[in-house]
Amino acid sequence: MDLYEYQARDLFEKHGVPVLPAAIATTADEAEAAATKVGGKVVVKAQVKVGGRGKAGGVKLAVDPADAREKASAILGMDIKGHVVRTVMIAAAAPIESEYYLAILLDRSNRTFLVMASVAGGMEIEEVAHTAPEKLAKIPVDSNVGIDLARASEIIAAAKFPADVADQVSAVLVKLWETFVSEDATLVEVNPLVKTSDSKIIALDGKVTLDDNAGFRHPDHEALVDQAAENALEAAAKAKNLNYVKLEGQVGIIGNGAGLVMSTLDVVAYAGEKFGGVRPANFLDIGGGASAQVMADGLSIILGDKDVKSVFVNVFGGITACDAVANGIVQALELLGAQATKPIVVRLDGNNVVEGRAILTAAAHPLVEQLDTMDGAANRAAELAAK
Amino acid sequence: MSIFINADSKIIVQGMTGSEGTKHTRRMLASGSKVVGGVTPGKGGQSVEIDGHNLPVFNTVGEAMAATGANVSVVFVPPKFAKAAVVDAIDAAMPLVVVITEGIPVHDSASFYAYSLTNGTTRIIGPNCPGLISPGKSNVGIIPANITGSGPIGLVSKSGTLTYQMMFELRDIGFSTAVGIGGDPVVGTTHIDCLRAFQDDPETEAIVMIGEIGGDAEERAAAFIAEYVTKPVVGYVAGFTAPEGKTMGHAGAIVSGSSGTAQGKKDALEAAGVKVGQTPSETARLLRAIMGR
Repeated sequence: MDLYEYQARDLFEKHGVPVLPAAIATTADEAEAAATKVGGKVVVKAQVKVGGRGKAGGVKLAVDPADAREKASAILGMDIKGHVVRTVMIAAAAPIESEYYLAILLDRSNRTFLVMASVAGGMEIEEVAHTAPEKLAKIPVDSNVGIDLARASEIIAAAKFPADVADQVSAVLVKLWETFVSEDATLVEVNPLVKTSDSKIIALDGKVTLDDNAGFRHPDHEALVDQAAENALEAAAKAKNLNYVKLEGQVGIIGNGAGLVMSTLDVVAYAGEKFGGVRPANFLDIGGGASAQVMADGLSIILGDKDVKSVFVNVFGGITACDAVANGIVQALELLGAQATKPIVVRLDGNNVVEGRAILTAAAHPLVEQLDTMDGAANRAAELAAK
Repeated sequence: MSIFINADSKIIVQGMTGSEGTKHTRRMLASGSKVVGGVTPGKGGQSVEIDGHNLPVFNTVGEAMAATGANVSVVFVPPKFAKAAVVDAIDAAMPLVVVITEGIPVHDSASFYAYSLTNGTTRIIGPNCPGLISPGKSNVGIIPANITGSGPIGLVSKSGTLTYQMMFELRDIGFSTAVGIGGDPVVGTTHIDCLRAFQDDPETEAIVMIGEIGGDAEERAAAFIAEYVTKPVVGYVAGFTAPEGKTMGHAGAIVSGSSGTAQGKKDALEAAGVKVGQTPSETARLLRAIMGR
């Protein structure tokens, strides 16, 4: 889960990473009150999970609370690269002397953690990496060793931070490591980390990504989910513990196993090229179990998607036998009754396939059509969606 | 021959007394695997009766190895306790630990992977994987044993069900070993480890490599193939239609910005001379053409 800047700021503050006073607002009134509370000159910042908001006009300086009100009302509701601004953060303005970059992240390639540090902060770090790689230090961190002050000082020295800020930045890096570990983050990034004109080091903007798998250790992380920004179908699927992602196409997809479902989406998209560009409408992995109830839940989510014109159920019977899946489909259609209105193409293969196919044949549900191969079934589902 | 496991592999099941552990212990035994015991901390000294096999339960992997001579462990322990289970196995110098558990926090898997590098000699496969099978010899994990028999194909995949699908497509030819390496961002054994082992395995004549979006494991594998692998390799990559920034089922299956895309992986593999199929069926056909089967 990616966090909003203000959520990242709050986590930084909780773990002792220096930040500026700030408050959030969802209306112009709240923005004025927030600016009053923060005091002095403030910066009004759009809260969106996408880069480039500054260039888009989503960050404005305000001289007083009335000005903050005006700036906030201009920013709230703004569309930044498809993300509508529903919250602004009102933060104290800081006199910036230098901008640095500091991040800790999961380095998948090397299966370790990595500190990235640079004295060239403020811009996209990919750009620094590209144009001035010598200015970006990348230093691996052993998860079982971590970063204490001595290690942090070595890293900051290697990244060639100026001597007058090295101690302060090293201390921030230690706090950032504490944030990274204790919140189960896969990314904590401060950009820019600034030196103010009175020589203080402050995290001015931050990005944090939290590991969804670690939710059991962090019941408080659930509150960070932005319910309002979630797609309604995705939220409904999540409530039923279904692994679902809404896409833009017309063929609803149900399958078992993440890899097979991803593959199914691709195969439908290829088949769809012959039928005017029909595409998959969703990702839905019902997992190994595939009971009647899970199948019914999945079908009901997909049939509730108004973009869906046909459904493709693609199951390889591994642990779950095909006859159990076939029974699941038949019972799901009974549960759904008149709710089921769209053609359903089913491809079963693997364990007990003969029994599974026989069950569907015997049920003879008018909406269900069986095909023997994944490619053939994808083709038929795309054809039905194009009608 | 086969890679990582063979007919003499003696398997212990960490988490055997849990429902998933018991269910899959039964399946492994039914497929002829030599399961010799289980580990559940606090239940040492008990035993479990599964289909006529009386399996002893131990508190630690070390005790289990001493008593049974086990050389493979398969982990069905829930995410919360998985790190402790894997660390226990590493401390006991268990040669191979296959972690089936899905949903382990990446800080935990990064930790036990780093621990395995600095403390001993354990090879970890997974987490979030279906395990591995050498048909007719040994089956460690949850891959259905009845899809196909032994043969000259080696398979390595991030995905369980795509592994089953591909084994099914090529069931008349058969497999030396099929390894599911798992779909998490940090896994103990990579495509490269398996490619190297298949290249060095005299029984393996051709290799199928299945990848998916996220990370750069496939790109690295492509570079390795160009440099090291002389046996024919065909590839398949899932996730061309996945949108940027969305996790597609597997925790590691995510396109971030322009990195981790299926197209990038396909291009890298093709540049290394690997034929890449557009669908699983086409991939199987490419392999048949190469093998003349």
